[in-house]
Amino acid sequence: MEIATLDRTKEAYQDLVRDELPSLYSLARRLERDGAEDLVQEALLQGYRAFGSLKDEAAGPHWLKTILVNVFRDELRRRGRRVVEVAAGDIEDFSLYRTLVDEDPLPYSDSLHTDFLGAFGPEDLRQVLMRMPEIYRAPLVLRYMEGFSTKEIARLLDAPLGTVLARLHRGRNLLERTMWAYADETNLLRKEDDDG
Amino acid sequence: MGKTTAAIPCSEAVRQLWDYLDKAIAPEDREKVDHHLSFCRRCCGELEFAKEVRSFLASGESTEIPADVKERLERFVEEL
Repeated sequence: MEIATLDRTKEAYQDLVRDELPSLYSLARRLERDGAEDLVQEALLQGYRAFGSLKDEAAGPHWLKTILVNVFRDELRRRGRRVVEVAAGDIEDFSLYRTLVDEDPLPYSDSLHTDFLGAFGPEDLRQVLMRMPEIYRAPLVLRYMEGFSTKEIARLLDAPLGTVLARLHRGRNLLERTMWAYADETNLLRKEDDDG
Repeated sequence: MGKTTAAIPCSEAVRQLWDYLDKAIAPEDREKVDHHLSFCRRCCGELEFAKEVRSFLASGESTEIPADVKERLERFVEEL
C-alpha cells in the first residue's frame, strides 16, 4: 500500500476511534470488573489491523464493539475460569415485582416499582452487574443495554443459541434478585427515602 | 365450537414475560400468555414492571471515560 493511502486509512481509523471511544469504554466497563482500559486497548489494536477489511464506514461503530466483545471472550478463555451455572431452581422462584409488593420498602411511595428502579444510579447498576457471573452478565449487557440480537450474541460468545437464551433467562432472574439484595445491603432505599 | 386456549398458571406466564416482550416465544405460547393476561391483574403488573426494567437497562447512562484514560488510548492509536 502506498504511504498516502496508509496515512488516509490511519486517519480514518483515528477519526472512528475518537468518536467511539466513550461508548467502547462504557461497554468494556459493563463487561469487565477490572481492566476495561486494557480491553479497549487490545480491541483498538485488533481493529487497526483489520480496518482495511471494513467495507462500510457506517458500520464502523458496531464493528468496533464486536471486536471488543471478541477480545473479552478470548480473555475469558485465556483465564480459563470454570463456568459456574446457577441452578435454575435457585433463582426461578424470585419475583422482584412481587417482593416489592410484599415487602413494601418505600411505604410513602405511590409508584413503588418505578421509584425502586429510580433509586439505582449508573454506578449502582454497574455494581449489581459486577455481582453477577460473567456468563449471565455478558448476554444481558449485550442484549438489553447494547441492543445486540440473540443470534449475534451466540456468534460473538461462540455459544449455541439455546445456551444464550437460557442464560438470558437466568440472567434476568439473577439481575432482579441481585438488585433486591444490593438495595438491602447498601441501604439504597433508605437513602432514597431520606432524600425524598 | 370456537377454539379454546389452555390456561396457564401465573408462574408459567411470568416465566415467559421477557420472551413475550422480545417476541421470542412460539405463537401458541404467546396466545396462552395473552389469555392469562386477559384475566390476571397481578401478571399485568409483572408485565408492566418487566417493561420498566428493560427501559431502565436500555437507558442506563454510559460511564464517562476518565480524561487520563481517554488521553492514553488516543495516544496509543496515534502511535500505531
